[in-house]
This record gives sequence, C-alpha cells and structure tokens, in this order.
Amino acid sequence: MEAEITLTVDGARRTLAVDTRVTLLDALRERLGVTSPKKGCGHGQCGACTVLLDGRRATTCLALAVAHDGARITTSAGLAGTDELHPLHQAFLDHDGFQCGYCTPGQICSAAGVLDEAERGWPSAVTANITDITDTAGAPALDAGEIRERMSGNLCRCGAYPNIVAAVAAVAEGRSR
Amino acid sequence: MTELLRPRSMGQARERVDGAAKVTGRARYAFEQPVERPAYVHPVQATIARGRVRTMHTGDAAALDGVLTVLTPDNAPLLATGHDPELEILQSPEVAFRGQLIGAVIAETPETARQAAGLVRADYERQPHDVTLSPERDDLYRPDVVNPSLPTDTGQGDVDAALRAAEHTVAATYTTAMYHNNPMEPHATVALWDEGGLTLHDSTQGVHAMREAVAPVLGLDKERIRVIARYVGGGFGSKGTAHAHIVLAALAAKRMPGRPVKLALTRQQMFSLAGYRTPTIQRVRLAADAAGRLTAIGNDVVEQTSRIKEFAEQTGVPARTTYAAPNRRTTHRLAALDVPVPSWMRAPGECPGMFGPEVAMDELAEDCGLDPVELRVRNEPETDPDTGLPFSSRDLVGCLHEGARRFGWQRRERAPRSRIEDGWWTGTGVASSTYPVHSAPGTSATVRLGRDGSFEVLIGAVDIGTGAWTILTQIAADALGVPAEDVHLHLGDTDLPQAPVAGGSSGTTNWGTAIVEAARSFREKYGADAGPGDELIATVPANPHSDRFAMRAFGAQFAEVRVHAATGEVRVPRLLGVFAAGRIVNPRTARSQFIGGMTMGLSMALHEDSVFDERFGFVVNHDLAEYHIAACADVESIEAQWLDEHDPYVNPMGTKGIGEIGIVGTAAAIANAAYHATGVRIRDLPVTADKFLD
Amino acid sequence: MIPFDYRRAEDTDGAVATVAGNPRAAFLGGGTNLVDHMKLGVAEPELLVDVTRLPLDRVDRLPGGGLRIGAAVRNSDLAADHDVRERYPVLSQALLAGASGQLRNLATTGGNLLQRTRCVYFQDVTTPCNKREPGQGCSALEGYSRYHAVLGASRHCVAVHPSDMAVALTALDAGVRVQGPDGERTVAVADLHRLPGEHPEWDTVLNHGELITAVELPELPMAARSRYRKVRDRASYAFALVSVAAALDLSGGTIRDVRIALGGVAHKPWRATLAEAALRGAPPAADEFRAAAEAELADAQPLRDNGFKVPMARNTLVSVLSELAGEELR
Repeated sequence: MEAEITLTVDGARRTLAVDTRVTLLDALRERLGVTSPKKGCGHGQCGACTVLLDGRRATTCLALAVAHDGARITTSAGLAGTDELHPLHQAFLDHDGFQCGYCTPGQICSAAGVLDEAERGWPSAVTANITDITDTAGAPALDAGEIRERMSGNLCRCGAYPNIVAAVAAVAEGRSR
Repeated sequence: MTELLRPRSMGQARERVDGAAKVTGRARYAFEQPVERPAYVHPVQATIARGRVRTMHTGDAAALDGVLTVLTPDNAPLLATGHDPELEILQSPEVAFRGQLIGAVIAETPETARQAAGLVRADYERQPHDVTLSPERDDLYRPDVVNPSLPTDTGQGDVDAALRAAEHTVAATYTTAMYHNNPMEPHATVALWDEGGLTLHDSTQGVHAMREAVAPVLGLDKERIRVIARYVGGGFGSKGTAHAHIVLAALAAKRMPGRPVKLALTRQQMFSLAGYRTPTIQRVRLAADAAGRLTAIGNDVVEQTSRIKEFAEQTGVPARTTYAAPNRRTTHRLAALDVPVPSWMRAPGECPGMFGPEVAMDELAEDCGLDPVELRVRNEPETDPDTGLPFSSRDLVGCLHEGARRFGWQRRERAPRSRIEDGWWTGTGVASSTYPVHSAPGTSATVRLGRDGSFEVLIGAVDIGTGAWTILTQIAADALGVPAEDVHLHLGDTDLPQAPVAGGSSGTTNWGTAIVEAARSFREKYGADAGPGDELIATVPANPHSDRFAMRAFGAQFAEVRVHAATGEVRVPRLLGVFAAGRIVNPRTARSQFIGGMTMGLSMALHEDSVFDERFGFVVNHDLAEYHIAACADVESIEAQWLDEHDPYVNPMGTKGIGEIGIVGTAAAIANAAYHATGVRIRDLPVTADKFLD
Repeated sequence: MIPFDYRRAEDTDGAVATVAGNPRAAFLGGGTNLVDHMKLGVAEPELLVDVTRLPLDRVDRLPGGGLRIGAAVRNSDLAADHDVRERYPVLSQALLAGASGQLRNLATTGGNLLQRTRCVYFQDVTTPCNKREPGQGCSALEGYSRYHAVLGASRHCVAVHPSDMAVALTALDAGVRVQGPDGERTVAVADLHRLPGEHPEWDTVLNHGELITAVELPELPMAARSRYRKVRDRASYAFALVSVAAALDLSGGTIRDVRIALGGVAHKPWRATLAEAALRGAPPAADEFRAAAEAELADAQPLRDNGFKVPMARNTLVSVLSELAGEELR
C-alpha cells in the first residue's frame, strides 16, 4: 500500500511514493540515496540511524516514513549547512572520535541533540539533582559522565568512546564560553 | 638486518585521510553504492539444527507482487563442491546447523523480499542434534593443526611431575564465552553479473581474499571477478574470510543477469552466518618454586567447531611463549557440533588464551605471596620458550614497570577486599598481553608518478577502520621522500595489486613493506629522471629474518574495578595499557587502535555472552539489545601508552601490528581486579553482578 | 512485515471507532516497540491508526494538585517537565533510565505503558511462546531466563514487563485514562498490567480498541522525596535486571507512609504491598528495610538463570530506602 509523502532532507524538499512499510531510514537510504544515516541493527538497538527529526535526535529505523510526512530531517551530511564542516565534525576529526566510521554520522547527530538538550536544561540519568530546575540559567554542565550517559544510545564497536566524549566535550565547552 | 625507513611523515599524528568523508557520512559503504534498479535479496534460514529439508513451499512467496524469484536447493545455480562447505550453499537439502541458508527471495523492494522470505515454509526430516560442548565428551578430537597452521599440541618435560614437586601450584578450569564479532556495519554485498563477469561491492577485510574464496566455488576465473571495498564498517575478523551470504548474493546476481542485487544480513542473521569465537574451556596448571619461578605451565584447551568445517582456535598458543618454565604442555581438543561455523574474531587464540593463564598467574602470585607484577617479571624468558629462538625484540618487563608506575600500582593494598568507597568495593589488577608479528610474502604495490609531480600508490589493501588510508600514505611519503600531501592512495579493489586481508594485525607489515619495496625500486629504476606516467610494481619476498627470530609484540594491562556492595554491579573506572609494539606510525590512529581493542576487552570481560540454547541449537540473544557490547557509559578512563622499540627485523618500518593486542589480557586484568576488590575469584566470563551476590 | 493501511487519526473518537471496528487494527504511537515487532513478525496489524498528532501531548496540572499527562507526550519531554521533576522525581528518573535519548524523543507515554516483554523467545517467531501464540508452550521456563520473572509467574509464562516508567507510575498510584467505544474509564496503573496466569497473551486489562488518552498522577507530597534505582548489565542503554521505585514519608522517627514498586521481577510492575505494610509505622532502620524486602520476596520462585534477582532486589530496595531515609533525616 503506497502513500505519497514529502520530506525536507538536509534542506532539499523531496516528494516520493512509499510502501507504508518503509521506515524513514530505508526511505532515506534506498529511495532517496541519502546514505549518511546508517543501518546497524534495524531495531533501535544501536543508534547508527540517528538523525535530527524536526530538530530533535531520533532513530529512524523504527519510524515509519508515512508517519513522518512533512518532516524536516537533518543528517550529518547536512549538519554544516553550507559550510564544509560543523564544529562537531571538526571535533571528531581532532579527537579521532571514530575508526571505521559506520556509527559516526549517527554519533554526530546524536551529539548535536545532546548539546541542544543540555542547553534546554534537560537532565539525564546521571544528573545528581534533577529537581534543581535550572532552565536557561544554567544547563547541566556536560562533564564527561553526563556525555557518556547521554551518548550511550550510540554503540561503537571500534571502541572510540573516550575520543567521542572528548570531541563532544570540546564543542560543549566552546559553546558555553 | 634491514635498514629501517627514516621517519619524517611517520610518527606524526596526522588526521585521517578518510576522516571528512566518514564524519559527514559521505563515505559510501558496500550497500550504499549507487546502482540502477537494484533487486533485493532476503535469506531463508533453517529452523532446525540437523536434518534435511524435505519440501520447500515457495508458492505463497512467489505469488507475492514484486517477487522476482525464490531460490531453493532445488533450483539454485550449481556450485563447484569440495572447496569450502560453508560456501557451498543451496546445493543439497542437508541442514548442518540452525540458521543455515536454505533459500532466498529476490524481489523489487527490501520490504517485499523480507515478507516473502517469511512466507517460505520448509518441511524437514529432523535428526537429533548435538550441540553440547563439554570436556567430558568422549568424542573430542585432536585437529591436525590449529589456526592458522600451528602445532596442535606442544610439550617439554613433565608438567604432572613438576606440579607434584612444586612449592606453589594452581590448577583450575577457566572458561570464556561464545562471542560474536558484531561490527557495526552488517555484512553486505551488492552483486552484478553481466557479460564482463561478476562485480561484488562487499563489506570485507580483503578484496583479493574474497575473490580467491568465491572464484572456485562459483567456477569462475578469478580474473572475471572484481571485488571492491573502499569503506568498511568494521570487521574484527568476521569479514576476513568469505561467509555464505557473499555466495548467495552471487547466485542471486547470476539469476538476475545484468541487474544489480543487494543483500545485507540482518543483525540477527549475523549470529549464525558471519562467524563467531568458540567458547573455550581451559584447564590451566602452573607450578612454581618458593621464589615464584615457574617450573611448569600447562593449558589444555577444549573448544568447538562445526560439523561441516573445522576451525581450531589456537587458544593454547600464548601459554607457549609468554613465560619461562622448564616443563610445558599445551593441547587443543575439539568437539565437532551441529553449530554454525566458528571463525576469526579479534586476536583468535591470544584473546581467549590469555584469560585462563593470566588469571591463574594472579592466583599463583597470591599463593606465593608475591606482587602479581613481580611474579611476571621473575618469569621473563631469555629466548622464546616455544621455539628457542631469540626475540627480535621483547619488552614485557618494561611494559609492566612503566604501567605500574603510571597506574600508581605501588599504592595497592596487598590483601583483597580491603577498600570500599561510597558503597563500592574497589580493587586493581594486572595481566600481560602478547600478539605475534605475522607476515605473508607475495604482497604487491604499484607506485606511479602523476602529471603534477605527486605520486599515486596502488594496493588492494582494505581500511576497515584501522587507519590504513592514513598510515600507508605516511609510509609511502617517507619511502618516496615526499610530503604526505603528494601521495594519493588507491585501496580496496581487486583491480589493484594483490594484497592480503586486514587481519592478524599484519596490514601495516604486509602492505607497508610492499609500498616501501615499490618506492625504493621506483627510485632505483628512475632515479631523478622519473616522468609522468612512470610506474613500477613490486612484490614482497618472505622476510629472511622470520626463521631467525621469534617476533611478537607485548604489553601490560592494568585495570581498576568497582563492585557495588549491595547490587553487585561491576564498573571499570580505569584501564591502562602499555605496549611494546615496534614503531608507531601514527600516534593518533594507533591510540585509537589500542583503546579500541581494550574497550572490546572490557566488553568481553563484563558483557559479552552469546547464549546458546541447546534445545534449539542457536544463539537466542541474537541482537544488540540482548547481546550487550560496551556502551559509552561503560567506558570511563582508558589510556594507552607505548614504549619506544627499535626492531630492525620485523619489516622496513619497524612496526609489529597493533590492531589486536589491545584486546589480549584485558579481561584477565579486569577479573583479577574484581578479585582484588571483592575477594571473589571469577574464572568464568563474563564478570557480571550476579556472581557477587548471595 | 505484511502490508498494512496507515491512517492518521483526526480525533480520538474516530481513532477508537476505527480500531475497535477492525480486529487487525492497532494504534501507532512512536513506533519504537510496535514497528520493532512488525519487523520481527511478532505483530501483524493490517491497519495502523497513528495517534501521535491527537491533542494528547500536554502535561497539565489538575485542580486537586495532581498532574494529567497526555498519552502522546514523548518520554523525553515528560522526563524534563518541571512539575514532574520537582514533585515526582521518581518518574523523571525512571524515564531517563530507559532506552536512549533518541528513542525517548519518539516513545510516547501511552506506548511506553503498552510495550511488550523483551523475552528472547517472545521476540523470535521460530521458538514456541504462549504469549505470542497461546498453547505453544513457554520456551523460557526451562531456557534462558536471566531477565525473567521471580514473582507472580505461571507455568505458561515467565516474562517480565520491561517498562521503567510503569514501575514509577505504579509506586505513585497513577491512574490511566482509557477511552473505548463505550466511553471513558480510569484504570489504576497497578491494575493495568496482568499477571500471566493462563492467559499470558493478554498483557493488560484493556480491550481491543481502547486507547490510553492520559495518565493521571494524584497529589502526593511525599513523592517529592522519591527515587528510582535501576540495576542492569550495562551502565546504560539496557533493560533492568531489577529496579526499585520508592517514596518515603518519615515523621517523628517512624515511617508514616511508603510507596514501593519493583521492576524486572514480574509480568507487571510489582507493587510491594507486603513490604509497605511491614514498614508503615516502623522505624527507618536498615534491618527493618531488609525484613520488609524479605517479606516481599518470600514467595519468589527463581528459574535456572535468575536466582540472583532475589538478593539483588532485596539489596537494592534496602539501599534505596536507606538513601531516602538518610535524605529525610538530614
């Protein structure tokens, strides 16, 4: 059963007809040729397919494309806009936050979400006191422990975690300055 | 003795050549090749562990709109048999393990292919299956060799007598679990069969190796097969040998001439089709005199292989070479079971084989009343205990001392269960690491001068995340005497010169040596007069020093472990590895390799465990929610350091290979630290919370 | 996955009528569980009615002092909500302990409550499972049971409910607003999920076509001092081995009131009524906590792989209550 949907992917409006069964990830990869988000498990268990979906980080392998008609999607390839590299890209390069690179676009989209969520004052499972409502006055500081917890939805089999944490911390620090 | 290449670009922490393509996601992996009008393949797997397929009911699947064809053992194209039973799929109705390929659907879309595969039903003639690994089996057998071609058993002196006579002994059984490599990129192949032959975009660790594996099975001249792999999302051994799905993709392509077909294994399918590390049962025996000098070392290993194809993990090997002892014994015995085919996983042999002995060393240290670092230092051999050859270089003692200094080892309490902090028992542990220097003759590389004065370097190597794109550029630059910016590398294609797999931590040795050979020969031939288009291909002969020296990298791993007093939760706040692994070509990518291996070692220590349900004959926790690999939150401080090591015998770069040693010994260091923290000795991995509760 | 029709619900009445009228229809929330099961062949709906755009995405204060959480509120938004964090921190903590940031951005309140077990045999259609296919038998009973139930199971099913959020809601005495073809009703969260008994195929007491529209938290001042503790095999991004949601109200050196629910131990979030009864009026001392935990777990029936859950649940409960008591006394 087919449905016509429109997605804005990395700034470009794309209209396509999809089988209702097609996930957002497969719509991007197999129908639109947008292969920056990766398929690592297909079941929401690895995070490689993470993109920014209407501005928030989200896995795309369990999201039906038809349910996201009209959505605005930013992949790692589109994160920098017209610039060559986003500060997160540069930080991942500087800190060697990857090896095989397969989980990396998902890590970077997730990191963008982490920075945004922290700025909005969202707590995490390791935030010491979640009842301190800080709001914009002081988002929870993204120390290494916070970053590790918040980035745990993105598995990396090469074991680049310490470098990923360093990269995200560097960008977080640059922003708070 | 070879004159080592003078480092200029080598030694610099250059950013990855392929970095920008990977962080943005523009790098295209196997399944992402833009192809016209692809068809999609979805496998059908056996749901019994032993027997035969009586009938395949394909009518419902074939009738589905969008299904192009259904492959079964009845209609699949013929393969040449007698080469590799793992690869000879759909040639008979026999089922040798649950999850084995018994068919496939080819369809217009992946959704239709998967739905149709679910509609294929098989009637089986079941036979009782046998999947139980146990040292008590009476049909354990002695393989002719262990991986890759090492002696199955070794011995000198009399271990039994030495144990009876010794002041201090340890005799215990240690087990490692079944592990699955689980690279983040699932195994995938895009295949096109047309007049020109067969083209495979494959997620592989070796393009030439894949071609050589599939050509005889497909009955094709290897010149008619092209394998391409520019970017590969990890492998850890599981993409180092050909597995059944690549043949399935080729068969599907043969059935759809002129049309590309795409096949990616699901994560679940990877648990039965892409190799795994056998569980191991290690009976370790150590004997020592009053001063803690070993008088005997033994490791008798029992592990499994599949009934259709043998893979004998060389788990006993590290016990042959790490410490001195006059009485020695290692054996390997296998149970051939109705299970999927085991294969390489990061540091086969060394990784599991340093768990038992290195935990036993910790137990021996306690029995001797010696510090575990000191015990290891006291047993440093002068020559390789296995071969009697001198080591080309060996600095285990340096690694232990430097590690102890950096880790703050001297502050360690002697007695276990001495320190509790905020409700967490805290302790530290150590273990040694080692990994051999492998090399294979016959690797070739081409050097070509371009129009703009820059060089093209061509070699059929594959970068699976190791940093090969970057460090081979650096090696080529130094070999040619030009800046790295003037080197353009071409990798990952059988149209490029012959190169072996990215495996055995031998990539840099084999590929780098070929590049150095080609560069030197190019300079010799053309001198200063080289012009655009001049090129030269060189092939590496066998290393003449290989017969004169034992060549190994060594390391020491230090771990701090916390165990929650109430819940038993286990955390590893600190890991430090110090390695003596020859020259480091790129400190940035090398550090990533070391800490990556250590992270996988941590994952093995705390989490990984493929749960094999013997009633059904398959791994039931076959996805990434249930088969846990370490997540970001599990990995706190991991540091890797290395000692300067000048080894003129290993290769012209002086490198020893660093992709695997990081995982060797890590689990033992963590188990030893857990013991120091709690007083609970864990001899069976993984080290999980339940083992600290009663 | 079989082909299916997709409809975006325009209003709640219509959504309910559509699903109620088609036995093969299902509501679609964030999809993180349902689409997973459709891929695995565990769920095979012919029609999905997407309820994520219904106006059920707000957290409102109730006149009596409680909160009403719309069923379409995403887990991440609920965890970050100021009122929830201040007044019901156990709920915020439970949500943050579940899944990952990118999944919490998709998952909804209603969907979280209705997520199904992670039992490996349930999720694999090639192995027998009474929950998936009544009458097939339970593969976990004598199989891999590390994550399975120690309380309230039956020989037909030993699965556990995987939600963290539901454990916190159970401790908080939350109510679930449900709209069906015949009107609305409220079900206590503690009564929403069932024990398996003879019918493990029914996870909850909801009828086909009934839609969760909201969760209501009662005014509960003691919940400001509440806590969720999850014990798992990985430090993050893993389902619970055991979890504890608790709130403690101390007065003059005795426990005036206490709320406890356990996760990871049963087919439903386990309200620890025996432990609560033992503790009301008792002094806040470690041996009291331990005795209460042991009373609650006295009937535990571990399987081959999960005997550790009994001491783990006991110790975790003692540890959470001790921490809460310490905070209150400070």
